Amino acid sequence: MSKVRLLVGTRKGAFVLTSDGKRQNWDISGPHFAGWEIYHVKGSPADQNRLYASQTSGWFGQLIQRSNDGGKTWEPVGNQFVYDGVPGTHQWYDGTPHPWEFKRVWHLEPSLTDPDTVYAGVEDAALFRTTDGGQSWHELKHLREHGSGPHWQPGAGGMCLHTIIQDPRDPKRMFIAISAAGAFRTDDAGETWRPINRGLKSEQIPDPNAEVGHCVHRIAMHSSRPNVLFMQKHWDVMRSDDAGDSWKEVSGNLPTDFGFPIEVHAHEPDTIYVVPIKSDSEHYPLEGKLRVYRSRTGGNEWEALTKGLPQRDCYVNVLRDASSVDSLDSCGIYFGTTGGQVYASADAGDSWAPIVRDLPPVLSVEAQTLA
Amino acid sequence: MIRVVLPAHLRTLANVNGEVKVDVAGQPTQRLVLDALEASYPRLRGTIRDHVTKQRRPFIRFFACERDLSHELPDAPLPDTVASGAEPLLVVGAMAGG
Repeated sequence: MSKVRLLVGTRKGAFVLTSDGKRQNWDISGPHFAGWEIYHVKGSPADQNRLYASQTSGWFGQLIQRSNDGGKTWEPVGNQFVYDGVPGTHQWYDGTPHPWEFKRVWHLEPSLTDPDTVYAGVEDAALFRTTDGGQSWHELKHLREHGSGPHWQPGAGGMCLHTIIQDPRDPKRMFIAISAAGAFRTDDAGETWRPINRGLKSEQIPDPNAEVGHCVHRIAMHSSRPNVLFMQKHWDVMRSDDAGDSWKEVSGNLPTDFGFPIEVHAHEPDTIYVVPIKSDSEHYPLEGKLRVYRSRTGGNEWEALTKGLPQRDCYVNVLRDASSVDSLDSCGIYFGTTGGQVYASADAGDSWAPIVRDLPPVLSVEAQTLA
Repeated sequence: MIRVVLPAHLRTLANVNGEVKVDVAGQPTQRLVLDALEASYPRLRGTIRDHVTKQRRPFIRFFACERDLSHELPDAPLPDTVASGAEPLLVVGAMAGG
């Protein structure tokens, strides 16, 4: 019988949550790396027991941990992230030039085919890759060296590369997103990159239609339809049908279109999920009601999913990497909150229940469907 | 034999309990002690000082003999009592963050 494993990164350690296919009773192990910030934990699609974790600390810097047994044991691997060449400057918050400085790994994206190959999205924004299971990391420098790089500026959370999406049909194509530079695509395995932000409109920046400078929070794709992308921008939920060449807004009837995560149903490429947040200055659900919104039409028409979620006095946030879906026949969807709850739905969002309520603030959730 | 006291998180990372001891040839300095420490415990590389520049991480401090040695030059001799093993070199995570 299939099982589900959730990899949860928090402000104070990592947790591994496992359940059978019913997804009603969960075993919880952890904290792993107790006391450290775990920005992201993700498993290899090519080897379900090969996991990678980004472990970071303001005191002790960056570590990368690897597990070969599904999270039972871990070993630190390479933690040297050095920009290739002289990194130059990007813009600081006040618009002055600021040197590129490595701070942490926000997101780890294992290769679709090779357990030893992993991409890392880091702050200050750059893309790194290992091909030896994490022992050594090398920058794919042509992204940072894109001509627009000196104009990139950090979002409130830092200038992080937080989204990495591999095209399952074209190993040379990849999408990434940076706060607050925007989205980029390579079609030649990282040799060249192009901004893919046409159609995004951000009223908060001097030129609302600029080529770069948009605060993209998250992008999602269904593997069966890699040219269709969904984006949760700072404000606005967006959709592209041409691999990011152009975007149109699909916020439709959402009560607020600010938010962080966005997910696509495992089996229905036009069913998408967001968690609307009141505003950029009030990072909690509207009216204190935690509601996931689902569109079965690829956007514009949204329904609130509330069954089992707190509908009063709820003032948590759901961060950009803190949601995920499994691939069981009845698609499971999961998200973690800054209040330490991890919620699960085994019926595609119709009903929800907390798996655990009192973890440290949740930074990331990744679901693995185990054979 | 130089005695080094690590902060709790680094003891966990290095998989050690209590003090660690490293051998340094010649007059011990911060640089030589950290070189020896990282050679014995490679997991600590990058956690106390930068991989490339070898600069102390901003929230790490060094103390010994009730003195703050954090701003001593990396090649300055450590106190005689540290060199003799009578006193440990303390690697401390700065109190910060409230």
